[in-house]
Amino acid sequence: MNSKTRQVKNQDHFVAPYDAGVSFDELPDSAPSSRYKPSPTGWIGMAIVGFWVTIAITGPFIAPYGENDLPFPDAYSEFQLPQPGAWLGTDVSDRDILSRLMYGAGRTIGISFAATILAYMIGVVLGIGAAISGPKVDMVLSRINDAFLSLPTIMLGLVVVAALGSSIPLLICTAGVIYATVIFRLARALGQEIMVMDFVEAAKVRGEGRWWIITREIWPNAAMPLMTDFGLRLIYVILFISSLSFLGLGVQPPQADWGSMVRENLGALQYGVSIIPVIAPALSIATLTVAINLVVDDVSAHSGGKLSKRL
Amino acid sequence: MVILILKRLGIGLVTVLAVSLIIFLGTKILPGDAAQIRLGQEATEANVAAFRARLGLDKSYPEQYVYWLADFVRGDMGTSLASDVPITKLIAERYENTVVVASLTAIIGVPISLALGILAAMFPGTLYDRVLTLISVSLVAAPEFFTATLLVLLFVFALNVGNAVVVGSIEGKGIVELILHFALPITTLCFVIASQLIRMSRAAVLNVMSSPYIEMAILKGVPRKRIILRHALLNAIGPIVNVVALNLAYLVTGVIVVEVYFGYPGLATLIVQGVQTRDYILIQGLGMIFCLTYVVLMLIADIAAFVSNPRLRHPK
Repeated sequence: MNSKTRQVKNQDHFVAPYDAGVSFDELPDSAPSSRYKPSPTGWIGMAIVGFWVTIAITGPFIAPYGENDLPFPDAYSEFQLPQPGAWLGTDVSDRDILSRLMYGAGRTIGISFAATILAYMIGVVLGIGAAISGPKVDMVLSRINDAFLSLPTIMLGLVVVAALGSSIPLLICTAGVIYATVIFRLARALGQEIMVMDFVEAAKVRGEGRWWIITREIWPNAAMPLMTDFGLRLIYVILFISSLSFLGLGVQPPQADWGSMVRENLGALQYGVSIIPVIAPALSIATLTVAINLVVDDVSAHSGGKLSKRL
Repeated sequence: MVILILKRLGIGLVTVLAVSLIIFLGTKILPGDAAQIRLGQEATEANVAAFRARLGLDKSYPEQYVYWLADFVRGDMGTSLASDVPITKLIAERYENTVVVASLTAIIGVPISLALGILAAMFPGTLYDRVLTLISVSLVAAPEFFTATLLVLLFVFALNVGNAVVVGSIEGKGIVELILHFALPITTLCFVIASQLIRMSRAAVLNVMSSPYIEMAILKGVPRKRIILRHALLNAIGPIVNVVALNLAYLVTGVIVVEVYFGYPGLATLIVQGVQTRDYILIQGLGMIFCLTYVVLMLIADIAAFVSNPRLRHPK
């Protein structure tokens, strides 16, 4: 981030004593408080997210088995129950579920994170570009964007996968382009809002170039709301990638991924053998996304207007 | 206002055209064309060329697009590449199944979630409100197959009712069997739309509740119940219709995962099959149907929004 935002963030201002009846921080027009203090739910959310990120990074190194290794090569049998040596039991091909979860964490989180970053790069550049360019460029970009926005995301994903097949780089690009549409809208709205503010007008009158205005005036002011939105988008991308994998169109076997693990092991549920092969990956996705949601809600409640409501 | 609605319809039409273009081009970037896929690798050059001419693939892209669109409007979606059956026939067999599930979900899910959301808005900050908010916040972020698994766990494993796999047709089944047949997919879909609906309807009513005329009513001493039901709710109807239409549009996405999860023979499982077999004529047809439904629902949401909000009707 740029020095300007840091300056604003570290600004000293009055902080009410801890047990004072009314805190000046709560007054609507007070400066934003400098330090973010998470609420208990915020802490819980951060702990869970932290846990999964750690697993995602270290998973392949600490997993008891390789992702396609059989823990009991001598006694092959699908859907074995949890036991020493395979703490969550085995899956449809008798592979260790715990190890696959750990490998899958990196893939699910990594792909989603990369796709969200890509979506931001495309969305922010085009969105702010549309806001500062003339009305014609803005019109064209916005219309194309609206056409994409008016499609159900999963349907777009299906068409792309049908046309080009499924690979991890392609998944990242697909999700990145699809979700760039939402971010385009947000970045454009923010850009337009900031464009008419006095300090931008002042910079224009000063004769600053377009590049200066984008990097020094607009970006520092658009960065914070965009950052808060990042978490929210990440949730949708994780759900999108997992749904595609669940449909058998995302990460391809034998590579482990939480969504495809649910699909592979659905049989366990249908034959009533065991619930762990299905509930373990599904619960992993749910805890991760719900935890991110808790953090986002907490941060946006702290930073004043609930961003998620504005959108 | 009529002009504004017509204008919005016009935008909708343009969107539909854009959507059809995206779907058409999306299936054109496929390596190898329909004739090649249909006839397989062994086909001779001449055979492929002849078949290509029959499908009209020897024409230029713009021409192909126009013919394809015209056929679609006339209700002819071509022939499946995988099974040689007309797409319309494939769809007709499954269409009813999906419509039944989607409409039952709407009939059951929408009123219940609206009631829950409005109740939460009537008593903001109470235990009921907070518990409901927590549940809906969690469910919004959870994937559909997680909700489905929890329900299977509860109903099939713990209570021993319903079945984890829904197969076969609905014909020749008694009323109890029918309820069990649909219970799980519909409950899952209800949860999917409920989480959004509860949050958004609560926000819509609370939004109205913070307006000055409600404050006036409170100061006049109007009882709380009357304020909500006579003053606030009437003005929240527009936003709520908007919210309902938006959520039914989300249902289009939710139904794909849920149908596959329960092995339900509907349109969504058909399109997933189409993608797996690269039957792109099927994908084109079904993709158009799903997107059209989505666009129409979004359009209804838009129109509801500005019929109810005079400020949108008279822009500055």
